[in-house]
Amino acid sequence: MSHHIIDFINISYSYPDGNKALENLNVRIHHGESVAIVGANGAGKSTMLKLLVGIFMPEEGEIRLGDMPVTKKTLNMIRQQIGFTFQDPEDQLFNTSVYNDVAFGPRNYGLDEPEVEKRVVRALQTVGIEHLMHRAPYKLSGGEKRAASIATVLSMEPSVLAMDEPTAALDPSSRRRLIKLLQGFLHTKLIATHDLDMALELCSRTIVLKNGRIEYDGPSADGMTNSKLLEQCGLELPLRLQGCPICGHKQVNKV
Amino acid sequence: MGNMTLVYYKMFILDELAEKKTAIHRINPVIKLAVTLAYLLLVVSYGKYDISGLIPLFLYPVIILTVGDISLGPLLVGLAIAAPLVIGVGVFNPFLDRTIVFTVQGMDITAGMLSFISLLIKCVLTVTAALLLLATTGMNRIAAALRRLHVPQIFIMQLLLTYRYISVLMGEASRMYNAYTLRAPNQKGISRNVWGSLIGLLLLRTYDRAIRLYQAMKLRGFGNQYYGVSIDKLNKIDIIYLFAWTAFFLTAKFINISTLLGLLVTGVIK
Repeated sequence: MSHHIIDFINISYSYPDGNKALENLNVRIHHGESVAIVGANGAGKSTMLKLLVGIFMPEEGEIRLGDMPVTKKTLNMIRQQIGFTFQDPEDQLFNTSVYNDVAFGPRNYGLDEPEVEKRVVRALQTVGIEHLMHRAPYKLSGGEKRAASIATVLSMEPSVLAMDEPTAALDPSSRRRLIKLLQGFLHTKLIATHDLDMALELCSRTIVLKNGRIEYDGPSADGMTNSKLLEQCGLELPLRLQGCPICGHKQVNKV
Repeated sequence: MGNMTLVYYKMFILDELAEKKTAIHRINPVIKLAVTLAYLLLVVSYGKYDISGLIPLFLYPVIILTVGDISLGPLLVGLAIAAPLVIGVGVFNPFLDRTIVFTVQGMDITAGMLSFISLLIKCVLTVTAALLLLATTGMNRIAAALRRLHVPQIFIMQLLLTYRYISVLMGEASRMYNAYTLRAPNQKGISRNVWGSLIGLLLLRTYDRAIRLYQAMKLRGFGNQYYGVSIDKLNKIDIIYLFAWTAFFLTAKFINISTLLGLLVTGVIK
């Protein structure tokens, strides 16, 4: 596998109703990078991730993971390498227990039961919910569901994590735990999010999308402090860079 | 909490009960499945007027319920769902078949009444047995047992996906019901005018949700293959369980236990 592991080459994609979701997208993501994909609603963030894992197929262009193009023939291998978590963790949890949900992927890839168990335990320990192993997913809190949904992909031991709005609907402490957890992962990470503070904290690189086109691709420290760029793209400065509405104090003056 | 939400949460109770560790829960799923199938066949094999033959069969659910530490509530919910259908089928029997079979203290008992009661008993026994299997085994282990019995994968996948779809459907229905009732606090139930659009939306929403679930499954390597949970090998207790119930079922089938007990109690047989 080559050093630059993910390549989006001239990617265009339209929804079935004709709406252009992405247009002539060119991105190269290097091994081990953490990349935030930000943009207003409908900018194409989720679509970009769904194209990467082959839920959608591009109309034009090619996506490559290392030397392997994302095509229908390679989907199995691609999906083993890329762990994708949905915006709503409920979409990802469909078994009767957390254990079975986390074991679903490894079992489908034909691993024997002792190996499946090892992976499940390891994945659950990584996200800190091994004590919930036998609980029914519907009984978990929002933060626990999110952790379980991440464990479902970690058990497949992917090299890339693609996450769609991972902090959506999390309370502050669950969000903080998730950020710490993700900071500990050495995987290549692609995170589509509206949580610019998280993106700033977690990702060294940010891609700002506007109407399916890249408006900015560079260091998060530059992109996230450019209020003009962010406003043009329907975004705002991260909260920590905005003044306090009461005293005007900024949590961080300089990134 | 709306009624729909309660029903939605109650749906999962059987799966939770299946995680208990009682003696019944520890029995091999293949054996439990085989015993349940034998029991179902036995129940439906009785004639439509044979109530006395059916009565001893209540022993099976009573024992499983007691040893398996299963609460009656979830079973009653299941019975309440199945009962209207059976009542609808059998309710006219007493009117259609008026042949008098015997008289009790001046009241004529007709063949139609007997067949209706027999139908109700069969419904109670079969639905209870199926729910008890689910509550002591769980859907995943039942699927694994079916696979062990060489049931085709496609059938097992259909079963599992349908089971999952029911909860998706109920979840969406519960959310829509809550959204409706919160904005129509003075209404009882749902207005007839919006039933059409609500059902249409419900189907569209569950379809979308099912697609997302399917995508999540495909992303984790699902290829219409069934890789279920593993099942332990049979042990002595499993074999004893199988033989004990088989012996009881055969006895119940070929000897009318109710009549025998009646004759013993009344002193006809010494």
